[in-house]
Amino acid sequence: MKNSINLDIALTHIFTRKKQTFVAAMGVTIGVGIYLFMNSLDSGFSKFSTGEVFKNNAHIKIYKSDEISQPFSLPTDDTNTLRVIINPQITTLSKKIINPEALLATVKSQPYVTNAIAQVNFDAFYNRGKAQVKGAGNGVNMIEYAQMFNTNKYMVAGKTEALQGNLNGIIIGSGISEKLNLGLNDNITVTSSFGVVKVLKIVGIFSTGSSMNDNSKSYVNISTAQQFMKEGPSFVTTLFINVPDAENTEPYVEKLQQLTSYTVEGWKTSNADVVSSNKTRESMMGAISMAILIVAGFGIYNILSSTIMQKINDIAILKATGFRGGDVVKIFVTEAFLMGIIGTSLGLLMGAILISIMSKVYMGGPVGYFPIRHELHLFLRSGFLGMFITLCAGYFPARKAAKTDPVEIFRK
Amino acid sequence: MKSNNIVLKTEGLIKYFYEPVKFQALQSVAFEAYEGEFLTLVGKSGSGKSTLLYCLSTMDTAYEGDIFIKGEKVTGKKTDELAAIRNEHIGFVFQFHYLLPEFSCLKNVMVPARRLGKYSYGEIEERAYEKLKILGLQDQALKPASKLSGGQQQRVAIARALINDPAILMGDEPTGNLDSKNTAIVYDIFKEISHDFGQTIIAVTHDNDFAKASDRTIELADGKIINQNKKDFE
Ligand SMILES: Nc1ncnc2c1ncn2[C@@H]1O[C@H](COP(=O)(O)OP(=O)(O)O)[C@@H](O)[C@H]1O
Ligand SMILES: [Mg+2]
Repeated sequence: MKNSINLDIALTHIFTRKKQTFVAAMGVTIGVGIYLFMNSLDSGFSKFSTGEVFKNNAHIKIYKSDEISQPFSLPTDDTNTLRVIINPQITTLSKKIINPEALLATVKSQPYVTNAIAQVNFDAFYNRGKAQVKGAGNGVNMIEYAQMFNTNKYMVAGKTEALQGNLNGIIIGSGISEKLNLGLNDNITVTSSFGVVKVLKIVGIFSTGSSMNDNSKSYVNISTAQQFMKEGPSFVTTLFINVPDAENTEPYVEKLQQLTSYTVEGWKTSNADVVSSNKTRESMMGAISMAILIVAGFGIYNILSSTIMQKINDIAILKATGFRGGDVVKIFVTEAFLMGIIGTSLGLLMGAILISIMSKVYMGGPVGYFPIRHELHLFLRSGFLGMFITLCAGYFPARKAAKTDPVEIFRK
Repeated sequence: MKSNNIVLKTEGLIKYFYEPVKFQALQSVAFEAYEGEFLTLVGKSGSGKSTLLYCLSTMDTAYEGDIFIKGEKVTGKKTDELAAIRNEHIGFVFQFHYLLPEFSCLKNVMVPARRLGKYSYGEIEERAYEKLKILGLQDQALKPASKLSGGQQQRVAIARALINDPAILMGDEPTGNLDSKNTAIVYDIFKEISHDFGQTIIAVTHDNDFAKASDRTIELADGKIINQNKKDFE
């Protein structure tokens, strides 16, 4: 303060107009606080809903998609005519991936693949006496699967490891267990759509919070699933692959597609609904919170414009005594900066408090407590934007002040 | 300390105003001001005195002709260069004091020196205190500028104009708002700084006694010099 006359003048303006400074800073506080809070809400919820997706989806999957029959031309005697039979319909007889071990090995050897597993899916009916629940059976290597999808987190009874090497074991969803009134170590009769009936022992029960999963899904060993489908040991329906960056799977999808003729699909394609609803929410929240921040910027703009109008004589004499336009800009941008610092810090504090409160609000259902956290990058972004907007809002009146023609003032 | 060293010189100074109608406010003004000279500019209201002073001050750059300060041509220099020249070589006093109301008298006096940055804060404080002493205001140094009387405020403004020991002190009716007692004080100060410290004073005035007491008087009419009494300098 002793060395810089510009800073000294700026501080004097701020301290002699405490009320206006406070009001302008409060505007920034509210703007930054709301911006941070709304974006944290949004980010938390997006993370939650993508998390839901990854409970049973990998970043990328490879499967055989349905094929449509191609026109079939018949030979004729007449060279000028061509007989064609067109009857477009699904011709896929089997969802089988041929030679899955080789494909899985190739996929696993790709440097960007962090995890890859094979899966055999089949339609299953869970029976107990006359009661029947329809669902989907998944034949997997349970250890690898649990690693990929964090299944251990959702186990409410038994362990995923219990399925390893146990061809007569099954892990079922909590919904199935409740409906059929079956617990750990009970036997369950499972029938496949191919008419294969097996009595399996329940070695684990999971509850993900998503009723669709919990009421229908079960896990068995791959070879058990192959038996349910009356298929041999090389039968696999889907390969699940994880890559380092879940948000950015497209380049990996392209690379993997070069390895195989089967359909390679990123999770965003399979879950376009989740992605698009996240995006919609993101842009709505973003636009609203940005608007509030910009309004705060206008507060700063106003307060500085009025300071400058009041201080026009001071500006004139400063310029007369040799202050350059740049010095005048510095004085008023410094004022904006100080208001911005005060407003932004309090705004970040306000946002942090709102987030803490929100994270203790119980939403019920599969969501539980509201999925919101203090995310560093959102604090940084809010702080940066708060300062950026304040500085812009300060710069324009400051530049106008710098252009003051002192002669015009002195003539009055 | 009057000498023959030219501190400020103009050649063929012409100034037009274009609003509301084209009007020539200065017509080929040429004169010289010397080191240690106490020079007054007189003339009827509207004769162009202020207009001339603002051109000399380097704040108004929209003129034709040339202005030299300490032998250096200032016409055509960039605004930042002119700001530096004003800061170091020119002090200003106006009819109104233009003090920063929130600053103490001492801090007001220090402002141009802190911009110049030639001395440490402590040294500047000491020098500002010295200037206030010369102007008889040492007791008021720490009061806010807004708490002083009109005559005292004008003297603080003079102290501020002198803080960087400028070669030229310019005033546009510096005593215009003052009573006769304070006018006399300002007059004595101007005489002292020009004669004892060798600084040049160019002051616009309405006051005939003030003009008579100066070393030389230049009279303007309709933007032209009609009389410049050079008796002391030839
Ligand atoms: N900004 C301006 N625009 C137009 N005309 C001006 C302006 N400033 C001064 N004038 C005119 O220039 C002439 C000289 O003005 P000024 O230098 O203020 O006179 P003085 O200081 O001698 O009273 C006057 O006729 C005045 O009306
Ligand atoms: Mg005038």
